[in-house]
Amino acid sequence: MLILLIITVLALIASLLADRPKTVAGLKKGYKMFLGILPTMLNVLILVSLALYLVPKETLAKWLGANSGPIGYATAAAIGSIALIPAFVAFPLAAMLLKSGVGYAVTAVFITTLLMVGVLTLPVKVKFFGRKTALLRNGLSFLGALLIGLMMRLFM
Amino acid sequence: MKKAIHKLVLGEYLLVVLFGLALLIARFTGWSFGLGAGKNFWAFFSEMITFLPLMFILIGLIDVWTSKEKIERHIGSGSGLIGIIWIILLAMLQGGPLYGAFPVAYLLWKKVCSLKNIFIYLGAFSTLKIPMLTFEIGFLGLKFSLLRTLFTLPVFIGIGYVMEWYYRGKEFSMASPESGTR
Repeated sequence: MLILLIITVLALIASLLADRPKTVAGLKKGYKMFLGILPTMLNVLILVSLALYLVPKETLAKWLGANSGPIGYATAAAIGSIALIPAFVAFPLAAMLLKSGVGYAVTAVFITTLLMVGVLTLPVKVKFFGRKTALLRNGLSFLGALLIGLMMRLFM
Repeated sequence: MKKAIHKLVLGEYLLVVLFGLALLIARFTGWSFGLGAGKNFWAFFSEMITFLPLMFILIGLIDVWTSKEKIERHIGSGSGLIGIIWIILLAMLQGGPLYGAFPVAYLLWKKVCSLKNIFIYLGAFSTLKIPMLTFEIGFLGLKFSLLRTLFTLPVFIGIGYVMEWYYRGKEFSMASPESGTR
């Protein structure tokens, strides 16, 4: 947190010294992106807050916790592959899950499948690349995402 | 004013307004569901709101100081390792949803970029965009983000090679984005 503050302040000063209008344009752009993402983010925060209250911690730990084993992976991979969650929302969500006792490996599988596999966006890709290419790419991405998740388990 | 209220109550903020009301009711009636969910919400929200502004300042600055055009000029200058590095850089600097990546991929294909690089571009775009990485580091930590990047790179580069190998001697074609997204 402190590091982020220092980096941001330094970057801001350097940018202001180098080019003031450009800096202002950048700040405006950042502000606009922030406003654009805010409602989605708040909605997800609310829904997850409700869900975490309704689902007892023990249940969550059993299904997605550090010792949940294959069930945890499968659940995370399925949700990650199907859900259409923008990355800007997925990371805070993943941070919430980690704090609620979900393991690192499961969180990593969720994030990687979310970023690399899109079952619901498949029709768009099929139109664009053709069915065979789209399916092949998605299938390979799914295997890759699982592999990355497993590697994260070894190193986190 | 009327428009603002309309937007607040019926638009994207509907759930936020409802949740706010529920929290208010819970405060006066001691409704345990509202209090419990509210406690969860504030714990996450207060942490988020302290560093989100910093993050978006950084993302905005990165956006104005990096130029995609400069990198685009280098694409196709080498099809080996250098070409791969430029392609990944280009993808990392791009923002927006995957739909924004398809037109670029189409352009790469038209420019007779190697098939491998088109898929490497799409892989890097979906996993290593810089604004996204900034966010990941903020929420999940530098170690998590670095490790994920490290493991993800070989995976999508590998996918690029597999796709190229699969299409060796076969016809590969791409629909133009205009007809493709409709």
